[in-house]
Amino acid sequence: MRDALRPEAPFPAAARTALADATLRANLRRATSTIRRRRDQVVGEVEDWDRLRAQAAAIKDHTLRHLDRYLAQLEAAVAERGGQVHWARDAAEARDVVADLVVGAGARRVLKVKSLTTEEIGLNDVLAERGVEAVESDLAELIVQLGGDRPSHIVVPAIHKNRFEIRDLFARAMGLPDLAPEPTALAEAARLYLRERFLAMTVGISGANFLVADTGAVAVVESEGNGRMCLTLPHTLITVAGIDKVVPTFEDLGVFLRLLARSATGERMNPYTTVFSGVVPGDGPQAFHLVLVDNGRTRALADPLGRTALRCIRCAACLNVCPVYERVGGHAYGSVYPGPIGAVLTPQLRPDDEHARTLPYASTLCGACADVCPVGIPIPRLLVHLRSVAVRADEASGRLGARLAPERLMLRALGRAFAQPRQFERLQALARVMRPLGGRQGRRLPGLGGWTRSRALPTAPRRSFRRWWREEHR
Amino acid sequence: MRVSLFVTCLVDTLYPAVGRATVRLLERLGVEVDFPESQTCCGQLHVNTGYRREALPMVGNFVRAFAQAEVVVAPSASCVALVRETYPELAEETGDPALAREATALVPRVYELTEFLVDRLGVTDVGARFPHRVAYHPTCHSLRALHLGDRPRRLLAAVRDMELVTVEGAESCCGFGGTFAIKNADVSAAMLSDKVGAILASGAEAVCAADSSCLMHIGGALVRRGAPVATVHLAQVLAGEDNVCGQRGVPE
Repeated sequence: MRDALRPEAPFPAAARTALADATLRANLRRATSTIRRRRDQVVGEVEDWDRLRAQAAAIKDHTLRHLDRYLAQLEAAVAERGGQVHWARDAAEARDVVADLVVGAGARRVLKVKSLTTEEIGLNDVLAERGVEAVESDLAELIVQLGGDRPSHIVVPAIHKNRFEIRDLFARAMGLPDLAPEPTALAEAARLYLRERFLAMTVGISGANFLVADTGAVAVVESEGNGRMCLTLPHTLITVAGIDKVVPTFEDLGVFLRLLARSATGERMNPYTTVFSGVVPGDGPQAFHLVLVDNGRTRALADPLGRTALRCIRCAACLNVCPVYERVGGHAYGSVYPGPIGAVLTPQLRPDDEHARTLPYASTLCGACADVCPVGIPIPRLLVHLRSVAVRADEASGRLGARLAPERLMLRALGRAFAQPRQFERLQALARVMRPLGGRQGRRLPGLGGWTRSRALPTAPRRSFRRWWREEHR
Repeated sequence: MRVSLFVTCLVDTLYPAVGRATVRLLERLGVEVDFPESQTCCGQLHVNTGYRREALPMVGNFVRAFAQAEVVVAPSASCVALVRETYPELAEETGDPALAREATALVPRVYELTEFLVDRLGVTDVGARFPHRVAYHPTCHSLRALHLGDRPRRLLAAVRDMELVTVEGAESCCGFGGTFAIKNADVSAAMLSDKVGAILASGAEAVCAADSSCLMHIGGALVRRGAPVATVHLAQVLAGEDNVCGQRGVPE
């Protein structure tokens, strides 16, 4: 089965494909700029935003440092309230646990509320293999599912589609040839399509935005109300969540809820926040299972700098401001976690993956992501850190191609020469020799092809600064 | 006050006019300028590409070159950001405790040009005249790493006879990112194309910035397109060197 954290191609190749799609770029630009504008507006209203962010970062860091303790506390609290916790080391264990529970409950169909973690573990595919149909209840997830597509954004999974494309998809899949390409009409079509399915379901599957250790509560935030139906209507509820979703107390939840909606959708508060714990006889699901997934997180936790990525609350603000994401969209990252946060998360969850190692390079280090991150993840710093991890991994791989890559040889030689003023000056003379290559027509040079395809080479001056200084100034 | 100029390897090698302008500007403001000739490169390209260990000799060279400096000034936001953000830990990684101590002591004395002018010298009007329509490109490192804020704009606002035009999406990255422009050339070119489009639409005769690297990138596309817009470093505008605007693309 395909691992949703392993890109099928190196980032530059996948990005090239995405860049060729002009509709995609227009869709992304429109959507991200709208969310960006709204986010800036509502974040600007909060006076103590930076203190709130610092508080959130501190809570997450503390929890991650004592994760063993908080997970044990969470398990005990869930059990005390009539739920059951299952532990999954990796994606395969997680999807098997969930599939066994679903089949054991005798369900042929399950209702799902948007969950990245179930995408991460490839749940829908394994359910299909076992004869169970998974129905996505979130509008955007439904669009992705009906189109046989993959999510391309953490919060807005169908951000790569415009309303005309969605209309065509719904018209085909729902048998509605006269459907209008208006947002209200499309939402209504989806509502009618989903409503009858909601009522017939006996098993619901959700993710979690937060898990509260002291009460065993699960918090799910959403915009459409489908989540609440999914969490309350079925007889059996299965929640799948990464072990990084824990916060210590119910009080801590308040800090994150204030940050999340403003950062994610530019709303002051998300329309639906459902917090539940365990089982209440006669009210809501009568069986509750919490599947806690590791899938590489513990390994990421071992890196003191790298682990700050596990603070992430999946608001996707970093995607919406990223100039690279805006041009290529989520699919180019080849992982269920795209954008800047995906570029630091994916290679940590799959450190052995060569394609994942290209993700930290998918950034100009412009810093826009770090500015908006509500939990203060130093993304550019992590990107640079993970680049050196990738360089060392290539070196250690023993592959001759990696050890003798032109980039490595050149940077090593330059590094040595640049540390010595006299050798540095000799190299400057070389730049002067190359002077005829620069200029206004710009030559296309092999080896510098990436640069010269769209940019002229600079023309080296006749005299370096240091020579001017020596000869005329000093 | 005596300033040690860290001219940066890029300016030293490819854009000496930027270095000369920085010297003239500082001297005009009554500052004594010194150029420690043992300086080379801060190592930004290596560090940011993941070749951290390979950058350590450059870190050592930089720290030794400027150890005696009262104040170090560089006409580059990204080089100063690298020194400020990573030198203490990089110097630590060399395994030389004396070097680590010197690096930690040196870092607070390293200034980007506009920081030095506004914060240390306390000037915003440097007495320049630059009779052109100019677009200011706030580079990513000026904005989001050094948080230069309105320092560059305050300095530019005081320049005589200059019209500062607004550029749409001014604060978005030009797509350079060092080796990003080569490793991810296609994405970089897409970002650059948008940036250059916005600059051309602004009607500017010149685009200026605090980093020669971003200007090299933007200028490369302007030259390729044959666009009549010059790239000038902020130091050149503040030195009042309006002769650069006669040339297209990257001035020598």
